[in-house]
Amino acid sequence: MPTLLIKNGRIIDPASEHDAIADVLIRDGIIVEVRPNLTAAGAEVFDATGLIVAPGFIDMHVHLREPGFEHAETIESGARAAAAGGFTSICPMPNTSPVNDNATVTRYIVDEARRRAVVNVFPIGAITKGSGGEDLAAIGSMRAAGAVAISDDGRPVMNARVMRRAMEYARSFGIPVINHCEDLHLSAGGDMHEGSTSVRLGLRGIPGCSEDVMVARDILLAEVTGARYHVAHISARHSVEMVAFAKARGLNVTAEATPHHLLLADADMQPYDSNYKMKPPLRGTDDVNAVLEGVVSGAIDAIATDHAPHPGSEKMQEFERCPFGIIGLETALGIALEQLVHPGRISLPKMIALFTVNPARILGIQRGTLAAGAAGDVTIFSATRSWTYDVSRSLSKSHNSPFSGKTFQGGPCATVVAGEIVWRMDQ
Amino acid sequence: MNGLLGIATLGREEIQAILDRARDFQAPPGQGFRTFSSLAGRTLVNLFFEASTRTRTSFELAARRLGASAISITAQASSVSKGESLVDTLNTLAAMRPDAIIMRHSASGAPHFLQQHLEIPIINAGDGTHEHPTQALLDARTILDRGAKLEGLRVAIIGDIAHSRVARSNVHLLSKFGAQIVLCGPAPLLPSELVDLAPGVTLTTSMDEAIRDAGVIMMLRVQLERQHEAAFPADEYFQFYGLRLEHLKAARPEVIVMHPGPINRGREISSEVADSQKSAILNQVENGISVRMAVLERVLGGGMNANAAH
Repeated sequence: MPTLLIKNGRIIDPASEHDAIADVLIRDGIIVEVRPNLTAAGAEVFDATGLIVAPGFIDMHVHLREPGFEHAETIESGARAAAAGGFTSICPMPNTSPVNDNATVTRYIVDEARRRAVVNVFPIGAITKGSGGEDLAAIGSMRAAGAVAISDDGRPVMNARVMRRAMEYARSFGIPVINHCEDLHLSAGGDMHEGSTSVRLGLRGIPGCSEDVMVARDILLAEVTGARYHVAHISARHSVEMVAFAKARGLNVTAEATPHHLLLADADMQPYDSNYKMKPPLRGTDDVNAVLEGVVSGAIDAIATDHAPHPGSEKMQEFERCPFGIIGLETALGIALEQLVHPGRISLPKMIALFTVNPARILGIQRGTLAAGAAGDVTIFSATRSWTYDVSRSLSKSHNSPFSGKTFQGGPCATVVAGEIVWRMDQ
Repeated sequence: MNGLLGIATLGREEIQAILDRARDFQAPPGQGFRTFSSLAGRTLVNLFFEASTRTRTSFELAARRLGASAISITAQASSVSKGESLVDTLNTLAAMRPDAIIMRHSASGAPHFLQQHLEIPIINAGDGTHEHPTQALLDARTILDRGAKLEGLRVAIIGDIAHSRVARSNVHLLSKFGAQIVLCGPAPLLPSELVDLAPGVTLTTSMDEAIRDAGVIMMLRVQLERQHEAAFPADEYFQFYGLRLEHLKAARPEVIVMHPGPINRGREISSEVADSQKSAILNQVENGISVRMAVLERVLGGGMNANAAH
């Protein structure tokens, strides 16, 4: 394996509270040393002058569509898009076909990723068989095969007793339970957030309370079971407040927010444009503010994209027939800088923590730091460079993004996985 | 004017011009409709993805009375039922180069979505629970014909507001002309965000309150087919939200009762009211043709100065 020396960047490693100009030396896929004025004979040198050098970003919530929906995305193409977004580790949700509810599928994803993915792939297994919400999946075997968490993302467990057992069982294997919180009876048939915009457009609403009631239920169950519990893509004010309440009680409860929920409200949506259709939906302005406040206060621990590719043919339909979800890997950092760092809501090190050490801790994976001996995963980015996103040049197989044409201040420059540069910005 | 997708985005002057022109197309008292030739040689496609007799017929007659030819396609007869996508269906029709497409669809925003991908103007004949612009125009024409002024007029719209495209288009139109609009129905059908639709909108769940001092009462059809759930007990609907003669005493003496049809006698309106002197329901139907003539002429550029040809 080659040796890589990253020179003169501003090293920000929230895990070790390191923030200074220095060099990073990676050999055999492992970080050897971080300090100024390093030299290494024969090493490939990356000049990071003026750039930020951070631990490799982790996206704990993506959809890679393989196996089963390879026309939308593959493990290989999703991993390339991840690298272009500055991510070195991604966690695919189990809603593939077949569902990742047993060790065979988990192993397939792990093996396929090892062969074809340019970034690390840590699969998330299903909570219940087929994500049907009834019988627990083979959680222990999936864990043994490499799954780092369980979730029935997109098809939340509606039966509270099943959820309780899942939390108890997951605790015996030390993995977190991640829930896409949506009471399916309250949200049934909805296409966008229930509010003035849905009423004006004549579209059926998904009320904020459909998220809140399930967050409330799960927090109560997390207390009863002592489970590690994580709220996926939190979007509603009361949900954020309840996660803060759970943390104040000392429960093992965490939450993630997507970049789009940090940036857009329902009123920002282009009418009937399915690139604005996702679950949870873009909520009201007050909810967007609550998510931003939650990131600032620490109620929200991580940023995750919920990268959800759909091919053009499925998004070119009547709004109510289009599937939910947008891609997000390549625009996440740009949005986080725009909404969190540039307006001064949080510091750059704190933003980096949302992408690195925090998700690593939630998942219990040995990533997210630049300490000597850690995996040689590094994200090199600019916090100021102006660039414009063009989705037609996306490395994802799907192009369903509302952010094409948007200009960002700051974005990824190079992505290093195990000491190898797997993506770098066009010069 | 490039197509007509909704009232919300239409200017007041544009609306006024259509309403004024529609008058030219009304049958003089005691006489039949006249025919015109301003759209001679033009072709219209009526594309109805949802069952409708009156709106489709009304557009067909409007086209015919302007000299245009109109063909009607219904969803059952088209390739939609064979799984062809909406975009493909429309592209196929567009390749045959009609001058405009009149479209009704059960999905809100379907014509707006298509207009983004199509150069041919689309006239929205009702999209889901969103808008039904020509209905609002013909309702306004009917109110004006009865001598009422829209400014300051108190209009009660009663029924399933949540699922009504007629209500939305009427709210937008009436608000642009300064009317006071009271929306009324059982709370599950009356989302509070309706007040944000346009200025001048208030909400009430009380029928008596809605009707008090109303100059116009618009009853909406109870559309059980648009109910995705049992949001209210349908059996007792008439008892609390059905319009009966005794209600009219609280309204203004010159009040008129309107309904977009088809009416459900004994469901949202009693037969006595529907057949009373106060009812303008048949005037609405008649105005449907003249208003749609004005819309077609405007969309197809038949010209405001094209005069009657007998």
